[in-house]
Amino acid sequence: MADLLRTPLFELHRELGARMAPFAGFELPLHYASGILAEHRFCRESAALFDVSHMGQIRLRGPDAEAALERLVPTDLRGLAVGRSRYTVLTHERGGILDDLIVGRDPDGLFLVVNAARRGFDLAHLRTHLEPGARVEELAERALLALQGPKAAEVLGRLVPQAIRLVFMEAGWFDLEGMRLRISRTGYTGEDGFEISLPAEQAVGFARRLLAHPEVRPAGLGARDTLRLEAGLCLYGHDIDEDTSPVEAGLAWVISRRRREAGDFPGASVILAQLRDGPPRRLVGLLVEDRQPVREGAALYQPGAGPVGRVTSGAFGPTVGRPIALALVAAAHSAPGTRLEAEVRGRRVALVVTPLPFVPHRYVRARPGENR
Amino acid sequence: MTVRYTEEHEWILAEGTTGTVGITHHAQQQLGDIVYVELPEVGRRVAKGEAVAVVESVKAASEVYAPASGRVIAVNGELAEHPELVNRDPEGAGWFFRLELADPSELEGLMDADAYRAFLATLA
Repeated sequence: MADLLRTPLFELHRELGARMAPFAGFELPLHYASGILAEHRFCRESAALFDVSHMGQIRLRGPDAEAALERLVPTDLRGLAVGRSRYTVLTHERGGILDDLIVGRDPDGLFLVVNAARRGFDLAHLRTHLEPGARVEELAERALLALQGPKAAEVLGRLVPQAIRLVFMEAGWFDLEGMRLRISRTGYTGEDGFEISLPAEQAVGFARRLLAHPEVRPAGLGARDTLRLEAGLCLYGHDIDEDTSPVEAGLAWVISRRRREAGDFPGASVILAQLRDGPPRRLVGLLVEDRQPVREGAALYQPGAGPVGRVTSGAFGPTVGRPIALALVAAAHSAPGTRLEAEVRGRRVALVVTPLPFVPHRYVRARPGENR
Repeated sequence: MTVRYTEEHEWILAEGTTGTVGITHHAQQQLGDIVYVELPEVGRRVAKGEAVAVVESVKAASEVYAPASGRVIAVNGELAEHPELVNRDPEGAGWFFRLELADPSELEGLMDADAYRAFLATLA
């Protein structure tokens, strides 16, 4: 794995007994000694710490960075308050998705977190379309940790008491003994939790302080994938890509009303037509009736009839207790309750279209004492 | 009673003309949490080296090959409900299937426990 990049936590992963695997050009922990199932369950029950330093952190500055970035995404960013974040997608002229990302508004500009496999592309795309009006700066010297699970707030609050005032999709900058942390109440597990951006050289020390709490254990990419799949969250390059529109992907909610009315984003003609007439395909959740896992790429059929789509992500869902999948299927076969079959090694496996998420999200949307 | 091992990390326990097959401790460790095992039909004739079972971990599916030729005379039905037995006791309760061996001398080409240990050391 000589050509793979390493995150600032590489040596810590090895010390913690991680089984390493290549992912998006990085050598990252697939799981630690306890294994994917235990890490998954610990995240749902307590708190898990993930190293997500491979993700791209990008700062966008300039007098009108929000309006500039709006040219590339269908989401209202001008209406984004300082301290708030939104999930959005970079679209292209044919209506497909170039990447999905979180955009947060900091006091001094926008803070973007993009997929590791797309960071190079995204940086070039942003620079081509937004410079020189806005300045695009990759924050390559910062690590990113995700602390996820029902005990995440309790543990983080012991170190950074003010951070637990944040609610879901809020972020802020916090000082911890001279360290500048950007903490965002976001994640990729469906659980409450935080993503913490911090200087690379301080990442190991901070990770150790979190891991010193018995409520926190490390978790790898394997559990990250099963957690996000149960939460019904898309993985770029699998469930969404350049040939998938946000409407097909069930992400129509990222298209803000003002932007729909203006139709001023890349691919608007295709995307707005799909909103009006319905998309040809839809991304759906599938629950396998038996125990046979159904993997990415498996062809899907209407029982006794022709092909209707394909699986885009599939794994055993540890909390669901059954194999689950995301799949792109012809819109006519996408209603919850529809029975389909997947072909696995020449045999048919029965599945049923199931509303997403498979496991309810447990985001914290109200501050303590507030009703929302 | 002899146990032999393959380079694909199967074990076979030969007793007379029957051989019980499973995957090794090393194999289960590499696969991680096992969530499904697809076993061959009883009665199926298999050739040495033929893919006859599939073991699925949370992340991926891997094939299991017949260490010897023969006819499948039993499969471990417990694995349908408890695939985790393969992680917990891979070389005991987590066995996969049993063969009526076509030619017990085929086992002579496989590794014994010491040779398999030495083989594992070369993989580290």
